[in-house]
Amino acid sequence: MIVAIAAFAPDDWRGRANFAEGIAHVMDTPDDLSVSRRGVMIGGAASVAATAVPVEAISKPSQDMPSVQKVSFDVNGHRRALEVDTRTTLLDALREHLDLTGTKKGCDHGQCGACTVIVDGRRINSCLTLAVMHHGDSITTIEGLGTPEKLHPMQAAFIEHDGYQCGYCTPGQICSAVAVLDEIKRGIPSHVSHSLTDRPKATNLEMRERMSGNICRCGAYSNIAEAMASVAGDEA
Amino acid sequence: MKAFSYERAASPAAAAAAVVRTPGAKFIAGGTNLLDLMKLEIETPRHLVDVNGLGLDKIEPTPAGGLRIGALVRNTDLASDMRVRRDYGLLSRALLAGASGQLRNKATTAGNLLQRTRCPYFYDTNQPCNKRKPGSGCAAIGGFSRGLGVVGVSDACIATHPSDMAVAMRALDATVETVRADGVTRAIPIAEFYHLPGATPQQENVLAKGELITAVTLPKPVGGTHIYHKVRDRASYAFALVSIGAIIGRDGSARVAVGGIAPRPWRVEAAEAESARGAKAVASGLLAGAKPTRDNQFKLTLVERTLAAVLAEARA
Repeated sequence: MIVAIAAFAPDDWRGRANFAEGIAHVMDTPDDLSVSRRGVMIGGAASVAATAVPVEAISKPSQDMPSVQKVSFDVNGHRRALEVDTRTTLLDALREHLDLTGTKKGCDHGQCGACTVIVDGRRINSCLTLAVMHHGDSITTIEGLGTPEKLHPMQAAFIEHDGYQCGYCTPGQICSAVAVLDEIKRGIPSHVSHSLTDRPKATNLEMRERMSGNICRCGAYSNIAEAMASVAGDEA
Repeated sequence: MKAFSYERAASPAAAAAAVVRTPGAKFIAGGTNLLDLMKLEIETPRHLVDVNGLGLDKIEPTPAGGLRIGALVRNTDLASDMRVRRDYGLLSRALLAGASGQLRNKATTAGNLLQRTRCPYFYDTNQPCNKRKPGSGCAAIGGFSRGLGVVGVSDACIATHPSDMAVAMRALDATVETVRADGVTRAIPIAEFYHLPGATPQQENVLAKGELITAVTLPKPVGGTHIYHKVRDRASYAFALVSIGAIIGRDGSARVAVGGIAPRPWRVEAAEAESARGAKAVASGLLAGAKPTRDNQFKLTLVERTLAAVLAEARA
């Protein structure tokens, strides 16, 4: 069931088709750092250069040639070491280098929230941050929240309350929803909080305001809010 | 996105030195605005100096009884700091009215001050824009200008500064602290931080190349009622058409800064003296010399009415 709700979207169109900019896949498998130059592939149709670039030639900064850098971070509890074009966003690193395609690319400009992941306990737009800026960080994606056998309570609540239709925005909605309840629990106020100094409560109004960075074109908002309310009620 | 090299800076002065030394270099902090612009190739840095690890992420009391906010303090952390919520409610409210939860978790205090305009013609690289490409002209004047500026604008540019936070900082008389590559520091009153566009809209503030913001300092708390009232097309996650950040004292005194109408947070101290005479009197001082377009002249009325709502809320 988790497959339907998180790691799969009926038409996963933006991720691979728009994966442009000539990201150099320096290794075939994410964990393999001992890759020879023969392993260098240039991916992406809109690649800046159609030929393979030797790694040694990449060190000089140039607007025409990619600059490659090593980075490692924890993803869903596993240490992952990568060597990426500096332009690689965290979103593209997750999807294209680590094959964690649950996180979705919607607008790629921080407007839709489909790419929301949780980094060091805080939800962020993974499309508006560079992979190389996350050295040493701990990242949780939809794949790390729960498993098909053991759903996260928020995943189960989305299923129970029908909090999605096409499912494309759903992984971002769920990651955001989990973080929103944590933010309320930690006492972070919002635009609609009546008092700045009282502890906020998980009301419908609060959850709607806090979820405004996650767009759902199918309009499942009221069911999403109900799913969140049911989890908040269970936690309270 | 154009290719760039990347380094993590070791200290604020080293970061400043790296930007001075490397052609086409820029600082990156939260990245929420810069990366958006880089994807559109409106910004094309050749080198990024990451300042996130510099330890500029603390909020500390100052000897003068105010707060020193590190440049890297995230918008969420600033808005939810209990001292800010208690003593500078206007600042918390302004921050919480801006962007989305995800963006506030990443966006920094200094980055918020330095964010670029959301003028649609600045974003559309097929259109002329004097800010993006000096001398190319302004497509906004005579174009779709509903969201753009009415005061402080010029014949070259009518873009607005999009920040909510900066409006609160202006009303609170904040000071911007910087360091340069040679280690020299300076403190810039927020009133003097932003340039008006004139004939050079590409020059948005007084920072020299490589000059790094290290902190924003607030003076000791100003008592009174703190209100941030933002009017926008959606209830959440939209830039202001008009926003008003106000501190109304028990004696009737008022500080009023306005967002969404000018190239910088807009405050006219002389107009504030008229607050006892009501919103109309203050608005007329704030908007003196306004040059609205047909599309955005509604903002003149909206400023007055929003201000009337703020003054009424303060009295209630």
